[in-house]
Amino acid sequence: MTYDTVATFSQVSSLLLFIALFLAVIIYVLMPTTKEKLERAQRSALDLDTPNSYEDER
Amino acid sequence: MPDTRAEKATFGSLMAIIFAIAMAFVGISIGVGSPSGGMSFHGWCLAATAAASIYFILSHMAQDDGAPSPLSSSDAVNYHDAPIRFATIAAIFWGIAGFVVGDIIAWQLAFPALNFDLPWTSFGRLRPLHTSAVIFAFGGNVLIGTSFYVVQRTCKARLAGLWSPWFVVVGYNLFILIAGTGYLLGITDGKEYAEPVWYADLFLTMVWVVYLLVFLATLWKRKEPHIYVANWFYLSFIVTVAMLHVVNNLAVPVSIWEPKSYIVFAGVQDAMTQWWYGHNAVGFFLTAGFLGIMYYFIPKRVERPVYSYRLSIVHFWSLIFLYIWAGPHHLHYTALPEWTQTLGMAFSIMLWKPSWGGMINGLMTLSGAWDKLRTDPVVRLLVVSVAFYGMSTFEGPVMSIKAVNSLSHYTDWTIGHVHSGALGWVAMVSFGAIYCLVPWLWKRKALYSIRLVEWHFWVSTIGILLYITSMWVSGIMQGLMWRAYDKLGFLSYSFVETVEAMHPYYIIRATGGLLFILGSLIMAYNIWRTIRGDESRDAAEQPRVAAAPELRLNPAE
Amino acid sequence: MNHTVLEKNSMLLLICALLVVTVGGLVQIVPLFLVESTIEKVQGMRPYSPLEQAGRDIYVREGCYTCHSQMIRTLKDEVERYGHYSLAAESMYDHPFQWGSKRTGPDLARVGGKYSNQWHAEHMINPRAVVPESIMPGYPWLAKTKLDYKKIAANMRALRIVGVPYSDEMIANAVQDVEAQVDPDHDEVDAMLERYPKAKVGNFDNNAEELTELDALIAYLQMLGTLVDFATFDQSGPNLR
Repeated sequence: MTYDTVATFSQVSSLLLFIALFLAVIIYVLMPTTKEKLERAQRSALDLDTPNSYEDER
Repeated sequence: MPDTRAEKATFGSLMAIIFAIAMAFVGISIGVGSPSGGMSFHGWCLAATAAASIYFILSHMAQDDGAPSPLSSSDAVNYHDAPIRFATIAAIFWGIAGFVVGDIIAWQLAFPALNFDLPWTSFGRLRPLHTSAVIFAFGGNVLIGTSFYVVQRTCKARLAGLWSPWFVVVGYNLFILIAGTGYLLGITDGKEYAEPVWYADLFLTMVWVVYLLVFLATLWKRKEPHIYVANWFYLSFIVTVAMLHVVNNLAVPVSIWEPKSYIVFAGVQDAMTQWWYGHNAVGFFLTAGFLGIMYYFIPKRVERPVYSYRLSIVHFWSLIFLYIWAGPHHLHYTALPEWTQTLGMAFSIMLWKPSWGGMINGLMTLSGAWDKLRTDPVVRLLVVSVAFYGMSTFEGPVMSIKAVNSLSHYTDWTIGHVHSGALGWVAMVSFGAIYCLVPWLWKRKALYSIRLVEWHFWVSTIGILLYITSMWVSGIMQGLMWRAYDKLGFLSYSFVETVEAMHPYYIIRATGGLLFILGSLIMAYNIWRTIRGDESRDAAEQPRVAAAPELRLNPAE
Repeated sequence: MNHTVLEKNSMLLLICALLVVTVGGLVQIVPLFLVESTIEKVQGMRPYSPLEQAGRDIYVREGCYTCHSQMIRTLKDEVERYGHYSLAAESMYDHPFQWGSKRTGPDLARVGGKYSNQWHAEHMINPRAVVPESIMPGYPWLAKTKLDYKKIAANMRALRIVGVPYSDEMIANAVQDVEAQVDPDHDEVDAMLERYPKAKVGNFDNNAEELTELDALIAYLQMLGTLVDFATFDQSGPNLR
């Protein structure tokens, strides 16, 4: 295993991985089923702020 | 049910005490055993903290047997906020300390007599103290505090563990103390932003693993099916920092009683590992973690959902993938293999896109509520911080281009760039989050004074502008002077002539720093009055969300 | 709500994030360890002498890297100002590397031999005595602090564990080598030079009475960049730039 082989291998494989990952993420967020889920999550962060009813001393 | 809860709590307290006793034992052994005065001092610090923890745990067990209040019939969650309050106050304390040390060293560069010819006050030892105090002490406490706050609220679950969150905040601050005093005593690893020595690194690793477990366990307790995106950023920050920290600090100590150790890597491998660490300390500590803050606190403060949740997911994955490659741009034209340099440059330029995607997402969250920028200075702090984020993540890729880097590297331009990110983005977003958090955590109706926030905003913004503009000018000027040739083909300037030329800019920079400190002191005063419970001077001018959730006049639907 | 699925999701997120961030490090760092051609074959590199290593430890301790780089880039003006560009091989025994990231002061990669010992000693005690415009801090305490070198062999043993080729002989003679390097009349000077060729021998800090930290630091500065013989260095060799 020479330096050049290792270097080329890592460069090509990482490029492919990068493309695959990017496609996967794009497909994931554009899927109609995810859309609904994400829209709920988007609102939920705002709704969750229910009052803390106890004085917590710890 | 209450019985088992109480028993679990007592068991937890018992384990915490046993652990603290073990830590006290380790501390005393180091204190007695180490021939190095500094390391011995650190042993006693550990022992003293452990002893204080034992006292604290025992006194709280006596009060209520360690049992948390039982839950009521409503599904309100009994949040574990006391460690967050600790981290918030620690953040303000370390922030001011770090800014002051930073300004001292800025004045030292203008007037070298200020080094006082003493080891503990010389630039080389104070500079790591400044960087660690602002990045790890101030930034770290903000991140730990806000992440514990956000994960509880977005998961609707109490923080996991009884004493573990306390161990995280107290242990982390003890680490800071050990690291910081170590630098002053000459105890350092000599790797930028990773100066703490082996035993401090080991202790931090322990704290960090507990931090990760507390965070994960809280996620497991959640009642919401989806994990809110802010937590994604926090989680990736915690995990990646753990990986970077462990790999970059691998070292062999001279003896277990000596602070001196030697890093296992040498030369070019060490350089690559160090900047892989260093750049991702920026990417994950100072960016991903603080983006978590952005994705929670901006929507909360303006009471609008984040602009595009899909964009935030794409933002997340592309940011964490691209960032990790960018390190070699710190090593252009050095003895690092060229393909690695080029790869670092390419990824740095690509990184511009997710960074700006994130910025747009943060800014557009305000769409339809732009008036809040005018009326609420806390919103303005948060939004201006995102604008600075956009500016420095544009400047960064430009500086990573080899041709630009050949000019900018080794000069003050880099220092200016770092501070537009550190002061403009990290510190401003932290200030915004602290102003939000304090009334929420201490159950106050409003901040003591929103007008003081206004003052803080303007004073520190002017300070930042003085800082970065003076560093642009001095950096570019110095870079040009280094490479200037006269008609006969000789270098035009000796090195020391370029040093002389920096003098006025160093004074402007240090003045900017002074303004920034002034702003942070205004904040400390305002926060102190708020925590003390003083009547707000201008509650009517503050938005509804300034108040703690349970004290808001018109609860959100 | 099925909690095991939820737990798996957060673990899935964790694992994916970790995988994504590991790739970059693996691709960029691992090849550097796998191959020898990262470090050019050059003549003359040797581990630091015990005194030089002690000086290097002081250089690290005082944070000199916060203002001085030790990396001459392959740019025309840098090569003219500081000398031949730095080779990877020249920092092969540096634990940690001290390339630095800022030049508040000049690069030091080839400062060795450029100034006299006396100049260095005066400059370290009060930089403005020799360079009026300098903004460097003074380090007068180094000239007053005796060098703690009796345990230097322990440091060399730790360095050997991380890969510096110190021989048993070098470690056994460590204390003696320190004393020989600051005293040209010492009986063991030749033996020391045999172990550490090209080491500078002399009284470095202008004070023959005591062996101080300043002696060690100047001994280190005076050897920086002087080891590689560029007469025999093959530019076209396995030099990756």
